[in-house]
Amino acid sequence: MVTEIARKYLRKDKFPSIWCAGCGHGIILGSLLRSVDRLGLDKNKVVLISGIGCSGRTPGYVDFFTLHTTHGRALTFATGVKIARPELTVIVVMGDGDAAAIGGNHLIHSARRNIDITAIVYNNSIYGMTGGQVSPTTGQGYYATTAPYGQFEYPFDIAQLAIGAGATFVARGSSYHVPMLDNLIKKGIEHKGFALIDVITTCPVNFGRRNKITQDPYENLKFVSNIVVPKSKYDQMGEEERKGKFPMGILKEEIKPELTEVYRQKEEEMGVRYEV
Amino acid sequence: MGRSLVSGNEAIALGALKAGLKFYAGYPITPSSDIAEILAKELPKYGGRFIQMEDEIASMGAIIGASLAGLKTMTATSGPGFSLMLENIGFGIMVEAPCVIVDVQRGGPSTGLPTFPAQGDLIQARWGTHGDHEIIVIYPNSVMECFELTVKAFNLAEVYRTPVVLLSDEIIAHLREIVEFPENVHIVQRRKPEVPPEEFLPYTDRFGDVPPMPDYGSPYRYHTTGLAHDETGFPIHHPEKVEKLLLRITGKITKNRDKIGDIEILYPDAENFVFALGCVSRGAAEVVEYLREKGINIGLIRPRVLFPFPETQIRRVCDNAKRVFVFEMNHGQIIHVIRRVVKTEKIRWFGKSNGEIITPEEMEKVIMEGLNGN
Repeated sequence: MVTEIARKYLRKDKFPSIWCAGCGHGIILGSLLRSVDRLGLDKNKVVLISGIGCSGRTPGYVDFFTLHTTHGRALTFATGVKIARPELTVIVVMGDGDAAAIGGNHLIHSARRNIDITAIVYNNSIYGMTGGQVSPTTGQGYYATTAPYGQFEYPFDIAQLAIGAGATFVARGSSYHVPMLDNLIKKGIEHKGFALIDVITTCPVNFGRRNKITQDPYENLKFVSNIVVPKSKYDQMGEEERKGKFPMGILKEEIKPELTEVYRQKEEEMGVRYEV
Repeated sequence: MGRSLVSGNEAIALGALKAGLKFYAGYPITPSSDIAEILAKELPKYGGRFIQMEDEIASMGAIIGASLAGLKTMTATSGPGFSLMLENIGFGIMVEAPCVIVDVQRGGPSTGLPTFPAQGDLIQARWGTHGDHEIIVIYPNSVMECFELTVKAFNLAEVYRTPVVLLSDEIIAHLREIVEFPENVHIVQRRKPEVPPEEFLPYTDRFGDVPPMPDYGSPYRYHTTGLAHDETGFPIHHPEKVEKLLLRITGKITKNRDKIGDIEILYPDAENFVFALGCVSRGAAEVVEYLREKGINIGLIRPRVLFPFPETQIRRVCDNAKRVFVFEMNHGQIIHVIRRVVKTEKIRWFGKSNGEIITPEEMEKVIMEGLNGN
């Protein structure tokens, strides 16, 4: 089954990937492909867009229309594509620095607009490609090359940020809980509106190694599995117990008119037609 | 629409609609905002869509995205916003996404003089984005030209598959003139691939320097990246392949310098010339006529397409000229480009960037001093 999906969607001549052995990114890519497959989407009608960083290399491996843009700006390109051709399924993959630092403005505005884009954040709390610098999701006290004494600042909770900004579908998954991630990404793509899936994942080389988790991929996945808690359980936990933990599952789901649909309705009211 | 009183900015919006604009993304900034306001209202009636983005970086990203989806796209801004767009303009050049960027120049640097004219973005338009590249930069000087050259900007973007910068300035933007725009204009559409999808190479040179470009959603799935890439579109770093890519995307413009070029030369046989652009060239044309009436043998050089720089045409008339007077509203920008093609000792330069236009009287003074041997 796995090989069948690989054969159908991967650009096999582009492998091996640039990702380090043990990287969590390939796990998320697997979930993304299974979701697209289960939805039976036509490859010609899917556009996969990324920014810069390790996550940014995802589109190169996949046989859709794929667009590797500038750092932090993937959602802006996606906005242009989606408004131009609403019939296309537009999926954006971003890293945590990509989405919440340099691209933070685009993230909140895409959420506010409720444009039908599925945004998947590969959240490993580190700048992997540039060699392990601190990111806006690095927790206080964690180490990075630019936080040699431990991070002083507070981190962003990207899912809460998206909820606050008006995203109509917000979920959190992890690269440890794969069947659940398959389901969350599938639901995110099915959702008509802005969907954000914050995926807690690993960077054994640049995060694990510097933070006493070691460079062992399994130790890193175990670390991830320990910081995410199913939402139902999280809701029952006390304040003290919640510290350093993240609720996992669907965190918000709301039905609200989607941007390109609103365009269409307004055009109909005006008696005009958008023609490509 | 018959004869009517129209501003430069309005003419740009109307020209864009005529050229087939289908997607506009922008962010408000003086003195360009009226272009966005007009298009917000009019574009839906022409079967297109408008969006106000969260900033200029986003606007530039959105128009490239919509361009790849198959649409004719545009944004408009002024100096500070243009600075923000530069990284994505470079991306547009690298991935060969046709689009038009209007930069209505105002006083700088920084916030500068938002409601006053300047010509401080001439070199930024040419060299603002990092790395080796060529870019087409157009600069009208009248309301009619704002319309015509906007159409031309779209056509060049489609023909050469590249971002085109349309410069204007605060004076041309808000200048009103009575014009009658042509009903029929020549419109160009980008070339689409004709080979079967399995033979398709997105960045091939098989059909010349400009590869045919499919729309997103068609059967021609391909990869696009701002990384150096080969004809398949995938990243490479082999020196020969990098060289081949860069020579193709710069060559498609430099090799067609004359076809792209558009320059007004008044009195090409003159002994002396004035070089001016945009708002300054209007006064310059007046000075030339005035001085000729007084018996001074002087002409005007005004590129409508500023880059690629019209070296041949300028050399042709300036090689035998005695004096070339350059006027620009900055502390010396286009002068550096002119020095490459006109002997330095022939050139007399005058510029200012205090928010005031260079008056015909100021130009006359500089010219008379120059002709009298100073």
